[in-house]
Amino acid sequence: MITISNVNKIYDNKFQALKEVNFEIQKGEIFALLGPNGAGKTTLIKLICGLTNATSGAVTVDGLDIVKNFRQTRKLIGLVPQELTTSPFETVWNTVSFSRGLFGKAPNPGYIEKILKQLSLWDKKDNKLMTLSGGMKRRVMIAKALSHEPRVLFLDEPTAGVDVELRKDMWQQVRELKETGVTIILTTHYIEEAEEMADRVGVISSGKIILIEEKNKLMKKMSKKEIKLVLGKPLSAIPSSLSNYDLKLTDNSLIYSYGDANNTHGVSDFFEQLKKENIEYTDIKTHESSLEEIFVELVNK
Amino acid sequence: MNFRGIQAIFKFEMARMWRTLGQSIASPVLSTSLYFIVFGSAIGSRMKEVDGIEYGSFIVPGLIMLSVLTQSLSNAAFGIYFPKFSGTIYEVLSAPLSYIEVVIGYVGAAATKAMILGTLIFITAHFFVDVEVQHPFWMIAFLALTSITFSLFGFLIGIWANSFEQLQLVPLLIVTPLTFLGGSFYSISMLPPLWQKISMLNPVVYLISGFRWSFYGKSDVSLGVSLLIIGIILVVSMAAVHWVFKTGYKIKS
Repeated sequence: MITISNVNKIYDNKFQALKEVNFEIQKGEIFALLGPNGAGKTTLIKLICGLTNATSGAVTVDGLDIVKNFRQTRKLIGLVPQELTTSPFETVWNTVSFSRGLFGKAPNPGYIEKILKQLSLWDKKDNKLMTLSGGMKRRVMIAKALSHEPRVLFLDEPTAGVDVELRKDMWQQVRELKETGVTIILTTHYIEEAEEMADRVGVISSGKIILIEEKNKLMKKMSKKEIKLVLGKPLSAIPSSLSNYDLKLTDNSLIYSYGDANNTHGVSDFFEQLKKENIEYTDIKTHESSLEEIFVELVNK
Repeated sequence: MNFRGIQAIFKFEMARMWRTLGQSIASPVLSTSLYFIVFGSAIGSRMKEVDGIEYGSFIVPGLIMLSVLTQSLSNAAFGIYFPKFSGTIYEVLSAPLSYIEVVIGYVGAAATKAMILGTLIFITAHFFVDVEVQHPFWMIAFLALTSITFSLFGFLIGIWANSFEQLQLVPLLIVTPLTFLGGSFYSISMLPPLWQKISMLNPVVYLISGFRWSFYGKSDVSLGVSLLIIGIILVVSMAAVHWVFKTGYKIKS
């Protein structure tokens, strides 16, 4: 759906925000772009949406160049920016209708009504934006981005400052959008958001894409699982029969680390070995690394 | 051409006028009425005719121009500055609109508002003084050209301005003095020769002179020169707007 080829962005102050960025976003997927502050996530989104120009390189949306064919490509894209930018004196209905008009679409009150209802904004349709809460304004921005029926939706930190309940509501709405065939690209600070929703994950750091991977594969490849056994009797050393396992011995516990989430065979073998060695334990704790831990590890590499 | 996009911007801007009716229409109409009362009826009745025209009638074209110039500038400047200030400009810049379409939307609305205001002041003037229009076509042409040209200029100010203070700077410190000294209240021929020459450097002189000619057939400079000057300001403003969008000056990094 979107192809980014050799894109570089150097700002007037010589700061290079993007360095040789190359990747593709597939039709109908939810793609999470992760990265620390200042990594270049927003610059990349702005560039695809036409808010900033690339210094070099090219971007195509649905096979069309975003500069040469800006009319066609921009019609396909909806953007929810990071900042809550709204016209304070406008009503919800007018501002969403305005957005639809800007993108060249004929008025369709029925469609606007549908998205306002989906986003629980229908009872606020005549309210001025300045009277709405932050969470409601965020929904209005999503409604504006959806007003022209885009095929690609960019969500730049969509749930920043939104309470947990509303965040979960939004996740549900994003999933529903995906079901209608909309391609979704989201940046987020809440890694659980990416973990919860994304099909694929891209990690950007200092303007460079350092990894693009299917979320499940990434979790499988990089996640670490640990079993912590609280020992009944202290051990002076790890028995030689257990030397094939990745073990760490502390004062009163034995920690077994294993990578592959499907490696259950190794786990049962391990417990058999423990039995053979008469190692007693009083409690078992398990831990699996989250996408957040994987992300931190990747960025710090 | 994205006509619906242009229409959306135009309607949004016109809605702003209806929302702020007191500021955008009532206030300039009232202050112009006060000018008519003070200069037209009270002082004007004791003054001699200027170029064979009653003083109260003589100042009508200048007063219309004064309001049209300042309102075109401030409306267009605010119209683009506010989305820039609040950040909502992202939507216009990410929409499938060429820069010409964006300019037509914003400048078209500001110019329309200025023309509505000019027409209201023209009607108001009839309550206070006798007004005659010898060349109605040229009157409308001057009104439209001036509104468009100064709305374009205002649009540029709105893009250039970094603060609300800067937004007011050019209209208050440059355009208002130029308009007052541009022959709104007197004929340039009434000035000493040196000041007549200096006045000729003021572009507003040509606008007011041409506009006044459309009313009474009398002017300080010829119609052709007036049209030429307004044409030059229009072309320079258009070139500047083109440059702004080509380079992304203050709107696109």
